[in-house]
Amino acid sequence: MKSINILTAILILVLFAVPLMAQTPEEQGKAVAVEAKKRDTGWNDNKSVSKMVLRNKQGQESVRVLRQNNFEINDPGLGDKSVVVFEEPRDIQGTALLSHTKILDPDDQWLYLPALKRVKRISSKNKSGPFVGSEFAYEDLLAQEVEKYDYKFLREEKCGELECFVVESYPLYKNSGYTKLNVWWDKDEYRVQKIDFYDRKDSLLKTLNYSGYQQYNNKFWRADKLSMINHQTGKSTDIIIDDWKFGTGQNENEFTPARLKRAK
Amino acid sequence: MYWKYPAILILIMAAPLFSAAGEFDFRGEISAEMRIFPKDVQFPDQDNYHFDPSVKIEPEFIYELDSGNDRFTFIPFFRYDLEDDNRTHFDIRELNWIHFGSNWTFLVGNDIVFWGVAESRHLVDIINQIDFVEDIDNEDKLGQPMVFFSYEMEKYGAAEFYFMPYFRKRTFPSADARLRGPLPISEDPEYESDLDEFHPDFAFRWFSTINELDIGLSFFYGTSREPIFLTETRDNGSQFFRPFYQIINQVGLDAQWTRDAWLLKLETIGRGGQGSYFFATVFGFEYTFFQVFNSNADLGILSEYLYDGRDENLEFAPPTFFDNDVFAGLRYTLNDIEDTEFLAGLTTDTKTGEMLGFIEASRRFGENWVAEIETRLFLNSDGEQDIFEGFKDDSFINISIGRYF
Repeated sequence: MKSINILTAILILVLFAVPLMAQTPEEQGKAVAVEAKKRDTGWNDNKSVSKMVLRNKQGQESVRVLRQNNFEINDPGLGDKSVVVFEEPRDIQGTALLSHTKILDPDDQWLYLPALKRVKRISSKNKSGPFVGSEFAYEDLLAQEVEKYDYKFLREEKCGELECFVVESYPLYKNSGYTKLNVWWDKDEYRVQKIDFYDRKDSLLKTLNYSGYQQYNNKFWRADKLSMINHQTGKSTDIIIDDWKFGTGQNENEFTPARLKRAK
Repeated sequence: MYWKYPAILILIMAAPLFSAAGEFDFRGEISAEMRIFPKDVQFPDQDNYHFDPSVKIEPEFIYELDSGNDRFTFIPFFRYDLEDDNRTHFDIRELNWIHFGSNWTFLVGNDIVFWGVAESRHLVDIINQIDFVEDIDNEDKLGQPMVFFSYEMEKYGAAEFYFMPYFRKRTFPSADARLRGPLPISEDPEYESDLDEFHPDFAFRWFSTINELDIGLSFFYGTSREPIFLTETRDNGSQFFRPFYQIINQVGLDAQWTRDAWLLKLETIGRGGQGSYFFATVFGFEYTFFQVFNSNADLGILSEYLYDGRDENLEFAPPTFFDNDVFAGLRYTLNDIEDTEFLAGLTTDTKTGEMLGFIEASRRFGENWVAEIETRLFLNSDGEQDIFEGFKDDSFINISIGRYF
């Protein structure tokens, strides 16, 4: 009996461990991204209010306040929909950006200009420019989608209190501002803890740190604070998120150009 | 006066404000500006001022109920202008109640609406009257009383219906002011309809997005927002223009195709009621070079062609500069913390060589202040047939500083 048990154990090991060991670093990296995405699927819709604090090299600050509504699209070939409405600075209050995101193509984007009551479809080719003068590029703010990158597993290491997977991600979007991103995912909950961004010349451009993770609806983790430092300019931007609300009952019709012109 | 009509509306709309608790928001803008006219005036009956200071206030009161499904908006507007009495004016830009259903929207009250895609001319845009004393670029508009309903379809865009029970006459500079044109303009217009400004106007618009194409189809029946000008003579022999508003019907098409860094734009109208039926169009492109000169700045180049086939007899159709013109422009956006922006453009008449130019620059300073410089240039307008012959000495620079709250 005992020997059969040992044989069974060995058999199980062979069946399961061998494929695991045979996983290439590419497959291993992608598996982390897939698991992270899986844990953040099914949130349907959410709303948040954030404050962006922009700092130049001398430490001078400038503040933006924005409301963001998100709507999850469950088709894996499509990205989510979002509306961002600015509250501060006051002169751009009511200015709103509607995005229907895509995986590898440029997103569909419309900008609402309240002074003219005009909705303009805009070119979204360039995702790497600064978002409202901050150190965040538009592409940094988009949802993590598995198919946007190729991956390579690098190592496991400590990241603060936690243990992290470190995975190199290579953007597949041809106009991305980056050659690669190094992403730290914690092993407990597959939350992004830190990202290093490498520019088109492959030198370290920016580092983004996530902190103050809280869990919503017993499932979805969201950071309270995102801190971006630009190593090449010395400028930095913090995003402090005041208030996450999940399951707010928004419908997809609220994410259309027709409704965008009613932003306020 | 315009005051009478909204009295009932105010009462209807104010009622719920006192009966339930919602969310109140107050914001707006106050600004001071100086218009500088370098040249002496063209006509002896105009005041020869070179500096025209004015102040503007435009607060916004917004009250929301039912987590935003009902919204009340009140946006009064007032400008005090030292030189032009007609530019000292008050308007209710918005005073409306809007209700959002799951796939429909209903609005009653004064509102401002924009249709279209082109930059050099807003051809299909017809719901609101132009507040011409504010600026000559047709982007400042008077609040239009309306009942509005839109039905938003899942895949086939949105269909909008407008009923407009009251017409707003265009604002014009005073008889002795700059930018009034060759003759003083009467403040007492005439109408083709016996109902005068109470002629009921209707409009419909459908718009949708089909992949890279954004398309809109519109129809309007009612009082033309553009008047023709009848020349009349006073007892003392002096002449003036009397605006005359005809009844028109207009179909419009606007479309934009967005791909890569290209925006291709088209607006076309067909209009009946002002002489023989005519077509007009504006089409062109905007191309953006992103992150130019190794910086975060974007540089856009714009070009458009304009055609307008309206009756050249000014007793039938309003005058237009855009009969056969070419527009070229540049947009330079720094993408800096201060949102610094430049926009310049020049529209040239291909037949007469007359030109209409503008340069605009704006930048935020501090947290809530914005400085803006705008110029409007009438160039090559010396010929008698030139549309802006009566404006040729009124090119100006406008410097403004606004405080937002």
